[in-house]
Amino acid sequence: MLRVDEAQEPVEFSPALISKFDEIVSRYPQGKQKSGLLPILHLVQAEFGWVSAPAMDKVAEYLSILPIEVYEVATFYTMYFLRPQGKYVLEVCRTSGCCLVGAEKIMDHIEETLGVKEGEVTPDGLFSWRGVECLAACGFGPVLQIGPEYTFYENLTNESVDKLISDLKAKAKN
Amino acid sequence: MGRKLLLEHINVPGINTFDVYRSKGGYASVEKALKTMSPEAIVEEVKKSGLRGRGGAGFPTGMKWSFLAKPEGVARYLVCNGDESEPGTFKDRYLMTYIPHLLIEGMIVSSFALGANTSYIYLRGEMMPQVRILERAIAEAKAKGFLGKNILGTGYDLELYVQPGGGAYICGEETALLESLEGKRGNPRIKPPFPAIAGLYGCPTVVNNVESIAAVVPIINEGGDEYAKIGIGRSTGTKLISAGGNLKKPGVYEIELGVPVEEFIYSDEYCGGIANGKRLKAVVAGGSSVPILPANLILKTINNEARLMSYESLSDGGFVSGTMLGSGGFIAYDEDACIVRNTWNFARFYHHESCGQCSPCREGTGWMEKVLHRLEYGHGKMSDMDLLVDVSKKIEGNTICPLGDAAAWPVASAIRHFRDEFEWHVTNASEATSTNYGLAHYADPLKVVETA
Repeated sequence: MLRVDEAQEPVEFSPALISKFDEIVSRYPQGKQKSGLLPILHLVQAEFGWVSAPAMDKVAEYLSILPIEVYEVATFYTMYFLRPQGKYVLEVCRTSGCCLVGAEKIMDHIEETLGVKEGEVTPDGLFSWRGVECLAACGFGPVLQIGPEYTFYENLTNESVDKLISDLKAKAKN
Repeated sequence: MGRKLLLEHINVPGINTFDVYRSKGGYASVEKALKTMSPEAIVEEVKKSGLRGRGGAGFPTGMKWSFLAKPEGVARYLVCNGDESEPGTFKDRYLMTYIPHLLIEGMIVSSFALGANTSYIYLRGEMMPQVRILERAIAEAKAKGFLGKNILGTGYDLELYVQPGGGAYICGEETALLESLEGKRGNPRIKPPFPAIAGLYGCPTVVNNVESIAAVVPIINEGGDEYAKIGIGRSTGTKLISAGGNLKKPGVYEIELGVPVEEFIYSDEYCGGIANGKRLKAVVAGGSSVPILPANLILKTINNEARLMSYESLSDGGFVSGTMLGSGGFIAYDEDACIVRNTWNFARFYHHESCGQCSPCREGTGWMEKVLHRLEYGHGKMSDMDLLVDVSKKIEGNTICPLGDAAAWPVASAIRHFRDEFEWHVTNASEATSTNYGLAHYADPLKVVETA
């Protein structure tokens, strides 16, 4: 849910980010710049880790549309985080094909290893995790993805998940 | 070995680059189409090929193209549907990852045939790696003069863009996809008007699946008649099948339509049988939306004929004893799979993915999930099965888009074919939370298949 009551810091978009917006908007016919909304929200999330209400307001201003047009989109699609997340969000496929090959056990293992429930953030701010619906990789399950690049990790085992988590911890230190 | 029209060169090192792809005969269809054929002639070849939409509906692609309105001075669009979200389906991701230029080649020929000068490839947002792959491939093709202004000196202009979605199954429905591409929520539109009349930005638009567009390449290279010789009956050509679940060799296979299902599951050329020496219990043959069938009915039709991987054979028997080829998302369930749990899993998926626009789907999917949850967790009642069938009947056919049907069919078919397993979950509630019903009689009269 979008919680506009939470006090949220105003955000500024850097000139580099704005120029990426400009490139996206150039793909559509004159006056159809709203088509850029979904890709632009992905860029905002990649930059800030989530999509806050002030950021959405800025996007609306940039696209010359109403803030509600951004809110309704950000709340409809599941990829946009409407509250802060861990630096790395482990998104595990929880749909049929992956469950047949152990996705539920992988999620249990992640919950135990990270010590936080689905949707929560670890105290060090590094990780959160959640189950997501079919990621179109049913032959290589269980799978998980990590944004903002949405890198894929296939044929997961408890061991490969442990290694992934320790690699990410090491990466965050450097 | 069946013929490979799409994946023939998939294992060639560097096939994802323009130069290697070109050295294997890539982009020949662009030269042939733009230099020697009229747009009408291309549409005619696709019609002759008998190609049917590979996204799931199976509507003839050539016919869809011929419906496109062509008012003077109005832009026309081709939009490629790469939203691939149907559980069990992962063929488009595979194709775009390993042989992206095939899709781009198909997009150029198809856009030329339809008279589109701007085309979009809409990918589900989770496919960011594929967005990057395609954008790199587009830049390569553009640098070589196959995209942009005055392609190959023919005077034809085409700009091609990749658009990521935001994570919503419903955007695989073509009008929801167009809404999403316009920067809105993915709520399907009421049809008519169909996209061929009023699609993207209100302009005439064709929306085709990734695999359909890729198939245009061999159709133009070899001719529609040649393509139509492959396959069986009205199921012409080759089809990518993404096989997952409890199989020894899951993956993406290109088959000539008409391969027997038994051969597809058990032969070493394809899936190599059921993993871990288990036996087959059930199959979802065409993505989660199509009816689930027990092993005996997927291998043989009710008339005891071998069931084939084709549009007609898989739907033989209607929904009483048949299913659908759908998108080619093939999920195999072994003897340890719990049909109740799987049905609950699907119901949760559809509840999660319902856009909320039509009440029968929005409310019905939620109730089906709740009832299936209580059955799976030992609180079910004997009347629940009839209740589920009743709810599914009230969703089916009563919604703007087919998501309602897609949610209703797996539940109704699971109860139709596996009712005793559901009842066992009620009568043996505590047992059902810790053990599975097992194979029971579902696989009868299937012979035990020896596995190495």
